[in-house]
Amino acid sequence: MENLNLFIRSIFIDNMIFAYFLGMCSFLAVSKNVKTAFGLGVAVTFVLMIALPVCWCINEYILVPGALSWLGEEYAGTDLSFLGLIMFIAVIAALVQILEMVIEKYSPGLYNSLGIFLPLIAVNCAILGAVLFMQQREFADAWTATVYGVGSGIGWLLAITCLAAIRERLDVKAVPAPLRGIGITFIITGLMGIAFMSFLGIKL
Amino acid sequence: MNLKKTFLPLFNPLSKDNPVIVQVLGICSALAVTAKIEPALVMTISVTAVLALANVIISLMRNTIPSSIRIIVQLVVVAALVVVVDQVLKAWNYEISKALSVFIGLIITNCIIMGRLEAFALNNRPWPAFLDGIGNGIGYGIILVIVSFFRELFGSGTLFGCQVFPQWWYDAGYQNNGMMILPPMALIVTACIIWAHRSFNKDLQE
Repeated sequence: MENLNLFIRSIFIDNMIFAYFLGMCSFLAVSKNVKTAFGLGVAVTFVLMIALPVCWCINEYILVPGALSWLGEEYAGTDLSFLGLIMFIAVIAALVQILEMVIEKYSPGLYNSLGIFLPLIAVNCAILGAVLFMQQREFADAWTATVYGVGSGIGWLLAITCLAAIRERLDVKAVPAPLRGIGITFIITGLMGIAFMSFLGIKL
Repeated sequence: MNLKKTFLPLFNPLSKDNPVIVQVLGICSALAVTAKIEPALVMTISVTAVLALANVIISLMRNTIPSSIRIIVQLVVVAALVVVVDQVLKAWNYEISKALSVFIGLIITNCIIMGRLEAFALNNRPWPAFLDGIGNGIGYGIILVIVSFFRELFGSGTLFGCQVFPQWWYDAGYQNNGMMILPPMALIVTACIIWAHRSFNKDLQE
């Protein structure tokens, strides 16, 4: 039950895009058509689903003060938490590299349609952001971390697909010239954010 | 003329080639830390420092990095610099470091840094790369300060934490606009800046 609440919270209330602005760069750059946007959203969800439990284990068994005590008594006092950022980004980059090879081998069609954005998931702030939030909130076990990862990913997927659908229709509208392109996209994202804020009052 | 050319990487990103509103990079942190001016300034300084140093380091190594692993090399260099900034900030001003929470760590994935490393540092010598880093950092900072100025002024009625609107305004019925503190207004304020900027620079319009 706890995990179901966390899942729903991470999709709607703590939405990566609208509540924290994470993953904004690719959100704005790849939302020109629905199909590509959806593909990227699925890839991000997948990376989050694997990265979070892996990083949770690293944090729990290597980084937290005293975490190395399973190696032996003499390591019980070590505190490696300052290495967190480097470890996490290395794990994420490696995961994205593996994912890229797997997709290239088993689904060349999806691989071609994602193109350059597949390797760029490594520098998508939504992934590192979710990992850092996980570390900050001190989840109890790897399963909770996975649930949070999948929820955040689906929230991101939902946001980018909606924005892409709106932008496809904007092409034929008369937007004032200085606002065309990126300006109006910002305003739309802001309005969508206001709409998503209506979930804020929900207590789970 | 020659002097002007030397300093082009420094001045170009301030307006014509601004990283936030023209290149559309580094939006995440630009929006998330702008509810108050003070964190926005600290964020600007951190990003400028990391960007300038990372540009110089990558520029020094540009002939020895194989292009197939350059992303990993860049990430490691940036991550190491960010760890230093993070530790310094924790030691120097723990309050601000708490307020910025995960966003200092997220400088690693700030697209401005990766974007400038890829676009500039890999093909230029250290000195222009350094100027480019400083210029882009300041260009990023200008937008952050403008956005946070409006958000703090109308959202909390303060600047740098000091009361700006006199008390009798509030007695007469004026209220702070709580909406300005919330995330979506950052996007709309930025959109207004883009609107104004592109009205003056017609060549940037799409």
